[in-house]
Amino acid sequence: MSLSAVTSTFKLPDLSRIPTVDEVGINERVARFQSRSIKSASKVEALKLILSMIDLTTLEGQDTPGKVRQLCQKAIHLHDSIPGLPHVAAVCVYPTMVKVAKKALGDRGINIASVATAFPSGQAPLSVKLDDTRMAVAEGANEIDMVISRGEFLAGNYGMVFDEILAIKEACGDAHLKVILETGELGTLDRVRQASELAMHAGADFIKTSTGKIQPAATMQVTLVMLQAIRDYFAATGRMVGMKPAGGIAHSKLAIHYLVMLRETLGNAWMTPQWFRFGASSLANDVLMQIRKQATGVYQSADYFSKD
Amino acid sequence: MANTTKKGAKRLAVAKTYKIFIGGQFPRTESARYYALEDKHGAVIANICRSSRKDFRNAIVAARGAQAGWAKASAYLRGQILYRIAEMLEGRREQFVAELKLQGVAQRTAEKEVDATIDRLVYFAGWADKYQQVFSSVNPVASAHFNFSVLEPTGVVAILAPEKSGLLGLVSNIAPAIVGGNACVALASESKPLCAVSFAEVLHASDVPAGVVNILTGYRSELTGQFASHMDVNAIIYCDGDRQTDRAVQIAAADNIKRVLRRTDIDWSNDSSQHPYLVRDTQEVKTTWHPIGT
Repeated sequence: MSLSAVTSTFKLPDLSRIPTVDEVGINERVARFQSRSIKSASKVEALKLILSMIDLTTLEGQDTPGKVRQLCQKAIHLHDSIPGLPHVAAVCVYPTMVKVAKKALGDRGINIASVATAFPSGQAPLSVKLDDTRMAVAEGANEIDMVISRGEFLAGNYGMVFDEILAIKEACGDAHLKVILETGELGTLDRVRQASELAMHAGADFIKTSTGKIQPAATMQVTLVMLQAIRDYFAATGRMVGMKPAGGIAHSKLAIHYLVMLRETLGNAWMTPQWFRFGASSLANDVLMQIRKQATGVYQSADYFSKD
Repeated sequence: MANTTKKGAKRLAVAKTYKIFIGGQFPRTESARYYALEDKHGAVIANICRSSRKDFRNAIVAARGAQAGWAKASAYLRGQILYRIAEMLEGRREQFVAELKLQGVAQRTAEKEVDATIDRLVYFAGWADKYQQVFSSVNPVASAHFNFSVLEPTGVVAILAPEKSGLLGLVSNIAPAIVGGNACVALASESKPLCAVSFAEVLHASDVPAGVVNILTGYRSELTGQFASHMDVNAIIYCDGDRQTDRAVQIAAADNIKRVLRRTDIDWSNDSSQHPYLVRDTQEVKTTWHPIGT
């Protein structure tokens, strides 16, 4: 798709006309999701679904090819002694590690997600961000996790942020684009809603809460606001957009609460790895321990599950 | 329980809520179940939390989180903190005597039990920086190696406390476990749980890091299986068991090869029940072979 074709499809919305967010209402709604009773049989299904939605992630300055290969092994062999487990959705790494991940994963249906655009700060010229993205795609990434320029967004330069996402989207080619809003730096839920709309109108395939480098990372509140934005965008345009909360979701119970929220906000159509992901590193092990607990009735120890 | 003021007007009774102790906090049981503790006349003294397996799981998570840091604390500091528990207990001596009496213990016996508990804490506080020297060794070997063995804490210890000795028995099992750098989860005596909960309040005020000691109350028959089978428990101290439960505990404990320590028919009020081998019970021996030139 040429740039002009892209621009004609996507148009910057009038952010002043976006509905404001009722924070008290959001908090109460979130509290409700956490009080649903989940029966054991549903729990096991939910746990497996969560596993299949995980983007197994390592984004550290100390990442080495060895560490990435190890992570890929973990993605392929989650816990072989439990039969019938799904594999994770993707492995998420830095652009320089995409080649290593591709070789390690081979042709197993596990996607390679790469962060790009001067992750995590996004403070770099557009040309650098575009090169970053093109390189990751050329090395074999099928998903790109970009960060928006929060500074520009907060300064009110919406057009600039919009154009940037548009340009990155074009650089992605066939790769899916996830747009990280870094909600921990946006301040209010109203801004989260605005940024979500902006990203979706600029062509994001997924919107994602956080880089994981800033606290707070994903919370149920911001995720709910983003899910509502996706719902309204779908109603207006008919285009489905995916959601990825990332950072801070380390326990199965919390992940199940997210699934409840997803089901009750967007419905069954979104309950697949194609439309919902968890960005997490330690969640997978907790889910595995819970699955084993459900099967044996015995509480598990981290000692018996591989790290990363 | 209602006090009478000088004018004869009755004050409303302010009864204490006995809660459990997990990760340095005092939650109620997540199960919202309780059992009534009665005195010998059948009057209700207190409603005691009937902890569930989930409370136990939460306690183990807290203990696991605290254990590594506690083991890293210097022996000197661990001794100081144990001594601090003794000091705090001394300051609340009367409260503990009164609670023992509420549970049917005679005044003199109650006083003796509280005093013995304080002394026992001091005893184990003293061992903090000594057991390592006593139990470690340099071993003669027939090769060119410097060979030595030192102790390391077993990890997370689950304690089914003695039934008859509600305070002294509990402390006599907790103190040697934590002085050696373990973290523990203890289930208090079912018929004498009051002092266990008050002891948790003492721990809370004694610089013991949150999660190092966790105290639950509830039905032993309900929780023994969980104590024995949890994969993240490294040792189980099992007081006053019968033969049949013994067997079940050992079988369940075998899954992750927990250390099983059976302590039965011990008179905890007797000084002969205190010895450093109780500390060594929850220690693992690490032997190092270090090559040396000839």
